[in-house]
Amino acid sequence: MQDEPTPTELIKAVADFLRNDIAPLITGHNAFKLRVSINALDLVTRQLALEQGSDAAEAARLSQLLGRQGSLDELNRTLADLIAKGELDLQSPGLADHLWKTTMDKLAVDQPNYASYRRELGEQK
Amino acid sequence: MEALLGRSVASWCPGATGVVGAVRLSGGASQETWSFDIVHPDSNIGAILRRAPQGYGAAPSRAAGLNAEAVLMKLAYDAGVPSPRVLHVLQPQDDLGTGFIMERVEGETIPRKILRDQQFAQARPKLARQLGKVLAGIHGLDLRKLPELRRMTAAKEIGELERDYRSFDWPRPVFELALRWLRERDPGPSQEVTLVHGDFRHGNLIIGSEGVRAVLDWELAHLGDPMEDLGWICVNSWRFGEIDKPVGGFGSREELFAGYEAAGRRVDPDRVKFWEVMGTLRWGVMCCAMMQPFRNGPEHSIERAMIGRRSSETEIDLLRLLAPRA
Repeated sequence: MQDEPTPTELIKAVADFLRNDIAPLITGHNAFKLRVSINALDLVTRQLALEQGSDAAEAARLSQLLGRQGSLDELNRTLADLIAKGELDLQSPGLADHLWKTTMDKLAVDQPNYASYRRELGEQK
Repeated sequence: MEALLGRSVASWCPGATGVVGAVRLSGGASQETWSFDIVHPDSNIGAILRRAPQGYGAAPSRAAGLNAEAVLMKLAYDAGVPSPRVLHVLQPQDDLGTGFIMERVEGETIPRKILRDQQFAQARPKLARQLGKVLAGIHGLDLRKLPELRRMTAAKEIGELERDYRSFDWPRPVFELALRWLRERDPGPSQEVTLVHGDFRHGNLIIGSEGVRAVLDWELAHLGDPMEDLGWICVNSWRFGEIDKPVGGFGSREELFAGYEAAGRRVDPDRVKFWEVMGTLRWGVMCCAMMQPFRNGPEHSIERAMIGRRSSETEIDLLRLLAPRA
């Protein structure tokens, strides 16, 4: 077992340092790249917090939908394949619901401020 | 660079005495954009150079090529489409590679400024209708005068998107769903084939306080279904948060269509919707593609990496289009 502080705490500390102390000192294209870099660290923090729960839920839905067990990657490849062949479509029970839940979980990590996501969460922007 | 430009300018711009203020604006290794001023006794002329330096002749397969771009811009300008005037097409003796020099049009291309800044408040309500008229002008250009361009159909576009997506070897069930949806609803080749701009959206439109001033970047121009351009500008990725205004975050489809039809052309709303879905998937695939140089080298940049994490934006937009929740 690794010691504390946790990866999340370390990344947050670095992101806060860059945001609060370094960003005001940087201009031009490097300021843009720094902003993107801070966004990347924030994304990793969100993924560390959310991934375990969303992956477990996704795998459970996929097992139910496909009637088989496997790694998340295997199950997703199988699902992609079945949709490509037309063996599963939006009329298939549970598929639309699964895709929506999976996509919402991705946006929660990738772009939680994206307007379409906020709308689907039931929030006004 | 200024010396080379100065020598070129002296050969085709009577009275010009030189070039000042040359700055590189953007582009990768194979394509460059420079801004500069031509010194002239009457008054200086703001100019833009778009070029591929020597040794970078071959354009990517989808690109029309810089010579074709110059011809298209001239045709558009002559037909009254807002467009920068082409001043000079590079010749071998210019020693500047291939490309062209055009007049610099002042104005704004940054979406968030166009959508939020006070100086564009008067322009925003007019833009969708204006752009409808501009597209009608582009689609009305005489096919016989056009340079050689690739001929695209929906089926070819779906095939290219699928090939690119499969090359990433990363399962995306929502993209699969979109590919199936597109194949099942492919309306077939358009009865009317016209010039299609191919990238008609924020970033390639110069906007002033009174409205649209110029259409830029004909790199993806091709022959095909004119409804493709109307669908592409409605893709949610170009609304920058203003998701209830489908045309670029500033206007409605009805206004876009009205401007288009007032110029004597017909809109097929079902085809526009089809191309909007195609465009949403296309942007998603492009986000994945832009990430690849980050993973495989040589461009290990954080911007490219983070673009990969924007493809999920198009997945939620595809679901909103194909499987809206009650």
